[in-house]
Amino acid sequence: MATAVADEAAAPESSLSDAVVVRFAGDSGDGMQLTGGQFTLSTALAGNDLATFPDFPAEIRAPQGTLFGVSAFQINFGSSEITTAGDAPDVLVAMNPAALKTNVPQLKPGGLIIADEGEFNDRNLAKAKYDANPLEDGSLAKWQLLKLNISQATMDAVKPFGLGNKEALRCKNMWTLGLALWMFDRDRQPLIEWLKAKFAKDPNLADANIAALNAGHAFGETAELSGPLKQHHVAPAPVAPGLYRTLTGAEAIALGLVAGAQLAKLPMFFGGYPITPASAILHHLSRLKEYDVTTFQAEDEIAAICSAIGASYGGSLGVTSSSGPGIALKGEAMGLAIMTELPLVIVNSQRGGPSTGLPTKTEQSDLYQAVYGRNGDAPMPVIAARSPGDAFECAIEACRIATQYMTPVMLLTDGYIANAAEPWKVPDLTAYEAFPVEFLTEVPEGGFKPYGRDEKLARPWVKPGTPGLLHRIGGIEKEVDTGHLNYQPANHQAMTDLRKTKIDGVKVPDQIVELGAEGGRLAVVGWGSTYGPIHQAVRRKRAEGADVSHIHIRHIWPLPANLGALLKSYDRVIVPEMNTGQLKTVLRDQYLVDAKPVNKVSGQPFRIAEIEAAIEEALG
Amino acid sequence: MNEMTTIARTTTLKDWETDQEVRWCPGCGDYAILKAVQRTLPDIGAVPENTVFISGIGCSSRFPYYVESYGFHTIHGRAPAFATGLKLANPDLDVWIITGDGDGLSIGGNHTMHVIRRNLDCQIMLFNNEIYGLTKGQYSPTSRVGTNSPSTPFGSIDRPAQPCAFALGAGARFVARGFDVSKELPNVLKAAHAHKGAAFIEIFQNCIVYNKDVFEDFAAPKGAEDRQLWLKHGEPMLFAKGAKGIALDHAALTLKVVDVVDGDWQAAGVIVHDVTNRSVAHMLVEMRFGEFPMALGVLYDDPRPTFEADVWRQNEAAAAGKTADLQGLLKKGQTWTVKEGGPDL
Repeated sequence: MATAVADEAAAPESSLSDAVVVRFAGDSGDGMQLTGGQFTLSTALAGNDLATFPDFPAEIRAPQGTLFGVSAFQINFGSSEITTAGDAPDVLVAMNPAALKTNVPQLKPGGLIIADEGEFNDRNLAKAKYDANPLEDGSLAKWQLLKLNISQATMDAVKPFGLGNKEALRCKNMWTLGLALWMFDRDRQPLIEWLKAKFAKDPNLADANIAALNAGHAFGETAELSGPLKQHHVAPAPVAPGLYRTLTGAEAIALGLVAGAQLAKLPMFFGGYPITPASAILHHLSRLKEYDVTTFQAEDEIAAICSAIGASYGGSLGVTSSSGPGIALKGEAMGLAIMTELPLVIVNSQRGGPSTGLPTKTEQSDLYQAVYGRNGDAPMPVIAARSPGDAFECAIEACRIATQYMTPVMLLTDGYIANAAEPWKVPDLTAYEAFPVEFLTEVPEGGFKPYGRDEKLARPWVKPGTPGLLHRIGGIEKEVDTGHLNYQPANHQAMTDLRKTKIDGVKVPDQIVELGAEGGRLAVVGWGSTYGPIHQAVRRKRAEGADVSHIHIRHIWPLPANLGALLKSYDRVIVPEMNTGQLKTVLRDQYLVDAKPVNKVSGQPFRIAEIEAAIEEALG
Repeated sequence: MNEMTTIARTTTLKDWETDQEVRWCPGCGDYAILKAVQRTLPDIGAVPENTVFISGIGCSSRFPYYVESYGFHTIHGRAPAFATGLKLANPDLDVWIITGDGDGLSIGGNHTMHVIRRNLDCQIMLFNNEIYGLTKGQYSPTSRVGTNSPSTPFGSIDRPAQPCAFALGAGARFVARGFDVSKELPNVLKAAHAHKGAAFIEIFQNCIVYNKDVFEDFAAPKGAEDRQLWLKHGEPMLFAKGAKGIALDHAALTLKVVDVVDGDWQAAGVIVHDVTNRSVAHMLVEMRFGEFPMALGVLYDDPRPTFEADVWRQNEAAAAGKTADLQGLLKKGQTWTVKEGGPDL
């Protein structure tokens, strides 16, 4: 998506031949995330641009057939630039009554429902709280309905392999995927290879799954059904030439951190504690030992960040990662990293809050926490990723700022970015400028000052083990230059000012306008994962002739130097955010601009139509 | 692992003193512990630049400022976590954790447990003064029941934690005890340093302002021989100038004090201290002062592989034979090429 060629004049993503939104929904145990993931891969291989939205319950194994146990995976793919997972699905695959009930309201009028009627029995209907079978009572009349006994068809297809009933039914998702691949003219071969590799230890199971896949595909090909089931070919999207792969945000951050540490010429130490949705970063990094990465699963969130600071003190690039509640626990240690001026990267994969909130749902409500959420005047750079691909760049940027300025840096992402996949043009690493760290190893001219400063106001980084540079650091206020304990009023003023000036002076690129003109009637200002819906909404409105521009802020703190003047060049500014108006408050505070909030905190990403409506309202 | 070029050289007590003014109360037990450490470091051949003192928060945690080495005064209770990150980044450093009864057993109890469980190679010196000194005298998790303090004007109610029993329960491979003004303290520290792995040392420390002389019942020089049992590996557990000893009550499976007549400790059934005997160590840490003398010295010492060594070994094994080709890693998995004018499938 970030690499797609933006085409302002392109038609909106509504016609089925241009872009399609498919939503797979089923029970937690039905393998919907896997189905979605593999369909994503096939779609990427077909050259379509795409965006996905995995939407799964917080419970690990919710009771079968229940409404709260429904797991869904939505993919939007098309022949023009795709930046969101799509508003309303064109196609809903419902594996049971509960999946139908929770997902059908979002389906476009006239959209296609493919339902596994084998699962619409009395027991499952009761669990989904249906009084009557919706497949029979006409209540789905505004959609096209295709009833298929997927369960039975799958059982028939895998019969030769002698699987037990339960195991056989687990192949349902492959049958469904086979049908979906046929519908959208996708190649089955990569998936067959994948199944062979996945079940290498059990070739019989691999063959059964492949048989189910082929049966679903064959059904689409040969079933003489009139009506809804048609094959669609979605033409490849015009994307920049190069080598591509699919990438989730969690992978992107892991890879970006490794790249950042290598550009800094440092070993990386990652201290983490399991938490949804941040754990995937720890999982990815723990397999990359050959890249000079040490991972440590600590006893709690506090130990995770403290161990990372300890490693930074020892000369590694310390990194820690969590989600909102865990970030709250790390607050005191962040203050120590600020006080001792040690590099540290803190990744916050935001989720719905406060407290435990909505662990598997997405939100952007930790911006205040990132910018302001520590005791004392404790300034810290904050960077926000807009998409999986962008998270790679942001992770490198966080490593650069942390090591060049001797400061902790917070990288904000969210559950949506962490789990979502997009095609990613593999970057050429030689194009990135290295920022090698130079440790202080000898007493410099004029004597050693542990809290002396370079031109960026960064203090020297001295590794314990270095002769001649013995010194002590800690959380008590430091004396200017010497770093000795000092409680004097003038010294605290001077050190507070120094810490602020250093972070204010972090060099960040000037803010660009993503879409539209500099100056005009309306700027839509976003940050983080709202990039997709804002971009599409602004593109559509501009295609209709509206004077509206899209500005998307990566550097939340310090903000780009030109941002104030840029915002003031518009008559109106609106700020769509998945919170109650946090960036809006910062912009008002920093620039005295009358930024208006557009808020959504339902745990679901913005729909394009919602942003379009906000633009229409702002333009009057 | 960082290559360290260490020039062998000898140091003296003076080499370990910083230019910082020591800010503990006059007469505080911390002064004696500081001196014991500064006296021990030259004896064990410690190298200042390779030595790191890491502390939490509290009176004891000011310690790093007063030792001429590397030092990190961190946040309350978390010193073990910083030490873990530091040792994983550079296992060659000699790390001393300085903590107290509040820091290490109350707010930081979790980290104390895990650093011991993991067996990070470090010395953990827990200064136990049975009180919160820096916050002006509230009772602590090791205060005796009934301790009158600003927060417990009618006496504390909760039963105290036993630091050595806690450490052993957490899986410690080295547990020792000493007290601030004891001449034996440097020997205890030396043994702790010689142990590869997490070495836990409880040091009774007299807070002369808020909990004065609370350890006098066994630490006072007068009558000390009757109230202190200094344990030495391979030697019988004797005290009171050899007139008493510790023996096993076989029926009750507990320890008991026995009289030794004419020096015949074998006849009295006195146990010979074996620092590797974990069962006896469990009984020694539970031995109640009063009924028994205070067990001091090295209670238990039986090393196991250290955490950081195992981590490095696993990292090296996992990396063996692989090249750090990041560009290759970025391309891993299923990829496709888009040529000018569309995808190439």
